[in-house]
Amino acid sequence: MEKTVEVLKSATIRFAGDSGDGMQIAGSRFTDTSAFFGNDLSTFPDFPAEIRAPAGTLFGVSGFQIQFASQDVFTPGDEPDVLIAMNPAALKVNLKDLKPSGTIIANEDAFIEKNLHLAGYESNPLEDGTLTAYKLIKVPITKATNNAVKELGLTAKDANRCKNFYALGLTYWLYDRPLDVTMHWLEDKFKKKPVIADANIRALKAGYYFGETAEIFTTRYKVKPANLPKGIYKNITGNHATALGILAASLKSGLPLFLGTYPITPASDILHDLSSYKNFGVKTFQAEDEIAAICAAIGASFGGSLAFTSTSGPGMALKSEAIGLAVMTELPLVIADIQRGGPSTGLPTKTEQADLFQAILGRNGECPVPVVAASSPADCFMMIFEAARLACKFMTPVIFLSDGYIANGAEPWRIPHESELPIIEGEYWTKKEGFHPYQRDEFLARPWVKPGTPGLEHRIGGLEKQHITGNVSYDPQNHEYMVKLRAEKVKNIENHIPLAEVEGDKEGELLIVGWGSTYGSITTARERLLAKGYNVSRLHLKYLNPFPKNLGEVLSKFNKVLIPELNLGQLRKIIRAEFLVDAIGMNKVQGLPFKASEIEKKVIEVLSGN
Amino acid sequence: METESTNGTQVKLTAKDYASDQDVRWCPGCGDYSILAQVQRIMPSFNLTREKTVFVAGIGCSSRFPYYMNTYGFHGIHGRASSIASGLKMARPDLDVWVTSGDGDLLSIGGNHFIHTLRRNLDIVIMMFNNKIYGLTKGQYSPTSEHGKVTKSSPFGTLEEPFNPLTLALSSGGSFVARAMDRDAKHMQDTISKGHNHKGTAFIEIFQNCNIYNDGAHFLYTEKETKPDNTLFVENGKPLIFGEHKDKGIKLNGFRPEIINFNEDGNSINDVIVYDETSKELAMIVAQLSDFEGFPMPFGVLYKVNKPVYEEQMELQLEDSVKKLGKGSLEKLLFEGSTWEIK
Repeated sequence: MEKTVEVLKSATIRFAGDSGDGMQIAGSRFTDTSAFFGNDLSTFPDFPAEIRAPAGTLFGVSGFQIQFASQDVFTPGDEPDVLIAMNPAALKVNLKDLKPSGTIIANEDAFIEKNLHLAGYESNPLEDGTLTAYKLIKVPITKATNNAVKELGLTAKDANRCKNFYALGLTYWLYDRPLDVTMHWLEDKFKKKPVIADANIRALKAGYYFGETAEIFTTRYKVKPANLPKGIYKNITGNHATALGILAASLKSGLPLFLGTYPITPASDILHDLSSYKNFGVKTFQAEDEIAAICAAIGASFGGSLAFTSTSGPGMALKSEAIGLAVMTELPLVIADIQRGGPSTGLPTKTEQADLFQAILGRNGECPVPVVAASSPADCFMMIFEAARLACKFMTPVIFLSDGYIANGAEPWRIPHESELPIIEGEYWTKKEGFHPYQRDEFLARPWVKPGTPGLEHRIGGLEKQHITGNVSYDPQNHEYMVKLRAEKVKNIENHIPLAEVEGDKEGELLIVGWGSTYGSITTARERLLAKGYNVSRLHLKYLNPFPKNLGEVLSKFNKVLIPELNLGQLRKIIRAEFLVDAIGMNKVQGLPFKASEIEKKVIEVLSGN
Repeated sequence: METESTNGTQVKLTAKDYASDQDVRWCPGCGDYSILAQVQRIMPSFNLTREKTVFVAGIGCSSRFPYYMNTYGFHGIHGRASSIASGLKMARPDLDVWVTSGDGDLLSIGGNHFIHTLRRNLDIVIMMFNNKIYGLTKGQYSPTSEHGKVTKSSPFGTLEEPFNPLTLALSSGGSFVARAMDRDAKHMQDTISKGHNHKGTAFIEIFQNCNIYNDGAHFLYTEKETKPDNTLFVENGKPLIFGEHKDKGIKLNGFRPEIINFNEDGNSINDVIVYDETSKELAMIVAQLSDFEGFPMPFGVLYKVNKPVYEEQMELQLEDSVKKLGKGSLEKLLFEGSTWEIK
C-alpha cells in the first residue's frame, strides 16, 4: 500500500496509560528525539499523586503530552492530534481532550472485561462504534511486545514492561523520527542490564516496523526542524533550570551555596539535582521539616552563605514565620515556591497559581518581601538567578514562584555560556570603623557581616531593631520608622528591575496581563488572535513585588485589561487595588494549565463586549 | 588562654570582655544570672577568639542570653534555635556555636528539632535552662512540669507526664548528655567546659530557678539541708555514692538500681556501680533514677562518646566528590547531557 507523507507545522501527541506503564519515560524519550531533530517543543507531564495507583483505574492514569513544531512553540498544545491509550481507563480519561477526528492508537490487548469494568465502560469502545468520529487504530501492543522479546527469556513482568517502547516505536514511525537517540539512551541507561536494554530496543523496533508494514496506516507525518536562534540547546525542565540557576548564582557571586529543604511535590527535584553538585561545594541539608529547613538556611545566611530553601505551597505556609525572621534580620535568602493546587495538601501533582497572595502577603506584621515569577521551564534559570541577585544586593529574602506545570514541563533552552552570565555582587562588610549592624547603604541595605570578623561582634534577631544600632527597641516611633524603612527598601527595588514592556501596540483596546506559567498559553492565544485580525497587546509580569515602576502608566493606556490566572483573581485584586484599574479576570482552578483556545475565546468575548 | 590585640599589645581576656554593652534584663534573683556569669567566666579558657563564638537562641527568658554576650549572636524564633545553629555550623564549621534555650522552647515547640539535632551530632553546645515553667509567657506549665502541676493554664493540675530531658537526649542519639544546676557554680563551670570540649552535640540541662513563677522547683537539689541526700554527682571512673556522709550508693540488681547504705547489712562501697560515662546502658539507668520515688537526682556528665560529627562528614563528602568528579565546572555542567546545535 502506498503511504503518503503529510508535512505539518506542528503536532501534539499524548501518551496515556497506567502510572506503572512508563508513559513518562515514553514521553520524555519522544521529547529528546524531537529536540535532537531540531523541533521546538513543549511538554506537559500529568500524573497522579499515588505512586502506583491500582492498575486499570481512572485515577491511576498517567499522561505525557508534547507539542513539537517547525515553528516557535509556547505550550504543550491544546488538543492532542494523536492519543496513545494503553488501556480503557487511559482512553476514558483522555478522550475528551482529543481533537475532533484525531487519531487513537489503542492497545487492544488491554481492552479486556476486567479493565473495561474498572474504567466504567459497559461495552468495549473499540468495538461498539462509539469512536467512529475518530481515526481508531487498534494494535495488539502487549502481544506484539511479548513476541518481540520472547527469545530473551525475560520474566513475564519484565517483558510486559517493554510495551511503552513498542508504543513509542510506532509513534516514531508515524512522525518519521529516528530511533537511534532512544537506542543510545537505553544502552546507556541499562549498561548493567544489557538484556533489558536489548528487550526495550527490540520492542521499540517492533513498534516502528509495525507502522512500516501494517496495512492500517495510510499517512505518515513530517514536522521539520524549527528555525530557532543559533546556539547550543538542551531540553530543560523548570526544576532542573531552577537548580542550575541558583548554582550559577552561587558561582557568579562567589558565595557558597546552602540549600535547607524538606521534600515536597513538585519541588523535590531541585533538592535531587543540587544534592548531586557536591563537587561544586554545594551543601544540601534535608531537614526534619519545612521550618527546620528554612531556619537552617537563615543560619547559613547569617554565616555568609547564599542561602536557599525550596518548597511548595503547604511548606511555604510552614515557613512564613521564619520568612518574617529573615525580613527582620535583613539577611539574604532565596525561597522557591513551586506552586501546586491548594489549599492544604490540595492537588499535590497538579498545577495552580494560587500562592501569589501567600508570597506577597502571607506573614504576620508588615512584612514586605520581593517576589519574582518564572514564565517557562527555561526562564526558571534566569529568574532564580535574579532572585539571588536581589537578595544579596538588598539584604532581604526573595520569593521565587514557579509551579508544577513549568517545574515538570520541558522546553529547549539555548544554553548560556558561563561568561555571558552577570556577576552578582555579594560582599561582606569587614571595616571596623564606624560599623553599626543596621546602618544602611544607598539601597537601604544593611551590612552583611560574617561571624569570625574581628571587632564586628553583634547580635541580631526577630525583635524590632533600633535604627542603625540594631539594638532591641520597643520605641513606638522607631517601630513605625523601621516598618516604613523596610517597606521603602523593597519598593526601591523597582529602580533596579526592568520596566514593563508591552508586546504589540502600546495603547489600544485590550491588554492581556499575565504572570508565571500562563506565558505560553497567552502567547499562543495572542498569535492566533493576531492572525485572525484582532489587535491585542500583552504584558507578562515577572516582577510581582515590587511591580515595574511604569506599570500603572502602561495599564492606563488600554481601554480594557484582561488578567488570566490559575486562581480566583489574585493578581487582578492587587492591580485593581494598586492602580484603580477595572481589570477583568479570567480564572481557572482545575489543577490544569490554560488552553490557548480558552484564552482566545475569552478575549473575543471581552472584545465583543459580552 | 585567649588573648586579643589592643593597640598592638596582647592582653588576656577576662569574663568582663565577654559581657556586652546591653543591660541584663532578667528579674532580680533569676537563676539565669548565675549561668551567664559562669559562661562568661569560662569562655577565656577555651583558647578561642570572641569573633569565632556565636550564641544562638530561640524565644524565652533564657533566649535573651545572646544579647548579653559580647560575641556574635542570633536571637531566633520560638523553638528553632537548634535549626538556626545547625545551618550556621554546617555553613561555618570554623565557628564555635552555642545554643541557649529553655525547657519550653527546646522540648515543646522545638522538640522535633531537638531530637534531630542530637541524632545528627553537629559539634555544638546546647544549654537548656530548665525551670519547669513558662516564664516569659507568665507561668504556664512546660513539658518538664510534674504531673498534676497547678499553673495558670492548669488550674486543676496538669494531666501530662513530664519529659525526662536526659533520657530523651540519650534515646535521640545524643553523644554528650549532662546536667548541672544554677546554684552550684563550680560544678556548672566544669560541666559546661566538658561539654564545650566534647566533639559533637553536647546537651547540658541546667536546673534554673524561676523565682517569679516557679520558685523553689529545684530546692530539694540546691539547698544545703536537702541537697546531699537528694543529689547524685556522677563522675567517670568513680563509684556512684551520695548522702551527707557519703555513705549511700547505687547498686545494680539485675537491671534494677537499688540504693544501699554502707552502714547496713554488710553493704560496702565495693557493691556500688563504678560509673562509666561511655556506657549508654548505664547512662539510661542513671538518667532515670529520679523518675522513681526515693532515688537521688543525677548531675554531671552522664554520657560521653565519640561519634562522627555531621558537619565534618559533610565537608568530607564535598572533598570526596571533588576527588571523584573533579572540581565542578559550571560551563561543563551547563553543556553536559544531550545537547544539539542550531547553526
